[in-house]
Amino acid sequence: MVDLWQGLAQAFWMVVTLDPELVEIAARSLRVTLSALVVASAIALPLAAFLAVRRFRARRLIIALLNALMGLPPVVVGLIVYVLLSRSGPLGVLGLLFTPTAMVIAQVIIIVPLIASIAHQSIRDLWQEYHDLLISMNVTQWQKVRTLLWDARRALLTAALAGFGRAIGEVGAIMIVGGNIDHATRVLTTAIALETGKGEFALALALGFVLIGLAIAVNLSIHWLSRTEQEGRW
Amino acid sequence: MVTQLFPLIVTGAETRRRGKTLVGPVDLQLEGQGITVVIGPNGAGKTTLLRMLHGAARLHAGSIRWACPTEEARHVQAFVFQRPVMLRRTVEENLIYPLRIRGVAKADARAQARDWAERVGLDQMLDRPAPALSGGEQQKLALARALIAKPELIFLDEPCASLDGRATREIEEILHTAAASGTRLILSTHDMGQARRLASDVLFLFKGRVHEAAPAESFFDTPQTPQARGFLRGDILE
Ligand SMILES: Nc1ncnc2c1ncn2[C@@H]1O[C@H](COP(=O)(O)OP(=O)(O)OP(=O)(O)O)[C@@H](O)[C@H]1O
Ligand SMILES: [Mg+2]
Repeated sequence: MVDLWQGLAQAFWMVVTLDPELVEIAARSLRVTLSALVVASAIALPLAAFLAVRRFRARRLIIALLNALMGLPPVVVGLIVYVLLSRSGPLGVLGLLFTPTAMVIAQVIIIVPLIASIAHQSIRDLWQEYHDLLISMNVTQWQKVRTLLWDARRALLTAALAGFGRAIGEVGAIMIVGGNIDHATRVLTTAIALETGKGEFALALALGFVLIGLAIAVNLSIHWLSRTEQEGRW
Repeated sequence: MVTQLFPLIVTGAETRRRGKTLVGPVDLQLEGQGITVVIGPNGAGKTTLLRMLHGAARLHAGSIRWACPTEEARHVQAFVFQRPVMLRRTVEENLIYPLRIRGVAKADARAQARDWAERVGLDQMLDRPAPALSGGEQQKLALARALIAKPELIFLDEPCASLDGRATREIEEILHTAAASGTRLILSTHDMGQARRLASDVLFLFKGRVHEAAPAESFFDTPQTPQARGFLRGDILE
């Protein structure tokens, strides 16, 4: 028990004094996940809009695939990316294994289906509402997509935040492809796993606080965004 | 540039849903002036007929021919829906939308939006979110948004359905002005008073068929079919 209290007190102290190691790891976590989020959104949002407004043969298949991919265990994603990036793998020449880039790739694969699914639902609902009007106004495909993306922007932000929450808290995949290398690929979740294993509870707890803080901040903003959306209906 | 839309010639046009004919076959010729009012009981197919003419409902048989290519014709038409569709934007942004998609500069578009908001009495609400307007305000906004791009032809599906007497008069005024300046109007209504006030010619619809197409005066004075006579008397038609 004494250990635990000591650890908590130490952890608290590390957070308020902005312990350099803690800050370094937290900053790397943010950098990796924000990069993943930008890339994933750039893929997922146009894909979602496309799926919502176009009728084509493979549409249902792609939607089913996205839903299935949402349930893909991150560890398996990590394993696949590892195999692809490993020296003997097809992308081995890029030398990306055990770099932050590899972690970004894994996180992108994990959150694209999530963001695309959530975004697709809201864009589809909006398109149902707008369909008759926009058709009667003869808008071009491009104007249509722009209008939908813009008017659904709050819902899209919610989708992106959900992706962020999933990515920042993920450990299995980035442990495999990043390798948890000190000063290179160590992020909040992998560091917690390591420090806990070493019995370094203070640092592990401090890292945990930061992670929880980030998760709560994201959840609060999702909550706040979806509430303003319901109130104003836009 | 003025696109020549009329005469509109409709031959054997039919719209179906799951094998069931909703409207048609319709044979019709419409000329280029005035206000055509479509009347008929609930479910007669007024909405469907307007959508069919506009090209928003699939044509399963027959043809709808404008005096110009259909693609061109579509660009000079507007449609005001029975249930107004509001973009999730402010009143002003709703008004400038049809202009912006046609490439009108923002400042110019906003000036026109203010002008139209004033005409329909929404000038105090330019910054309000459109979905939060009352039903009547939404209908006025939808009308102004349809007129702002100066279409040659406007379809209006019960444009005054949720408006009070005063707002209805204002809207009818606007419609008269638009018609007088050369805009062709085709509108449906439940309000026989409105039909008499606005119509230059009448289409009487019953069970998906056009039972009468006649100039307003002769229709209201001497309806030719028993259904139309019954409808004008206020009978419940079976
Ligand atoms: N999408 C649809 N699917 C199936 N039936 C439809 C559809 N749209 C309309 N109908 C049917 O077609 C008929 C005509 O409908 P329409 O909306 O054109 O009537 P209306 O004259 O406009 O009625 P109202 O006065 O109530 O507005 C109705 O019986 C309606 O139930
Ligand atoms: Mg109707």
